[in-house]
Amino acid sequence: MLRLPESQYLKMIGHALNGLPLEACGLLAGDPRSGKIDICYPCRNVAESAKLYTVDPKQHLQADRDAEARGLEIIGVFHSHTHTDAYPSPTDVEQAPDPTWHYVLVSLKDGEPVVRSFRIVGGVISEEPVALEAQ
Amino acid sequence: MPVEVRLPTMLRADAAGQPSVKANGGTIGEVLDDLVRQFPRLGGKIVTDDGALHRFVNVYRNDEDVRYLDKLETKLADDDVVSILPAVAGGQ
Repeated sequence: MLRLPESQYLKMIGHALNGLPLEACGLLAGDPRSGKIDICYPCRNVAESAKLYTVDPKQHLQADRDAEARGLEIIGVFHSHTHTDAYPSPTDVEQAPDPTWHYVLVSLKDGEPVVRSFRIVGGVISEEPVALEAQ
Repeated sequence: MPVEVRLPTMLRADAAGQPSVKANGGTIGEVLDDLVRQFPRLGGKIVTDDGALHRFVNVYRNDEDVRYLDKLETKLADDDVVSILPAVAGGQ
């Protein structure tokens, strides 16, 4: 299960909407044991594409260090799909770097953003519930 | 003098579970070679068999992505820290 504080959920949705018409992306830091996200780090999509994303490597390093200083770890990534469902694409699966991470998709194809979270292990996608928490 | 090499979680299992290791070398390429000598299971995961940086990782000298420096030829000083992180990308 992905546990997401509402404040970080709103930060993620805001970044996804701000990124339009391009895909937006960012990193999620938290406790790897509980799956609770504490911080969402919005990042630049250096691919600058409506169909692809690449997290800015420099911002990834900064986020990784900031998370570590807070006793957290980067445990997931989110990105938006501007015209398709909130489900990992073949490219997402092929490039999923870490089997322990949470892969969060924000679909903006309909008016209301749809957020879903997945684990991707050995090319196999499994959806997990997303629990929004007050904090 | 060895430099510190910080590993991402996905590669730690191949380096005896350590988040950070020491490796010797005057360039990024030499340090990565020494890393694979110490931990053979890292072979092919950071540098490809063709001798290029793997496209699924980013390697940094302190705060700088070495792809924007001299890649594997990037020189290192004693107190430099080498960080390795996954390249995070995808698309619809």
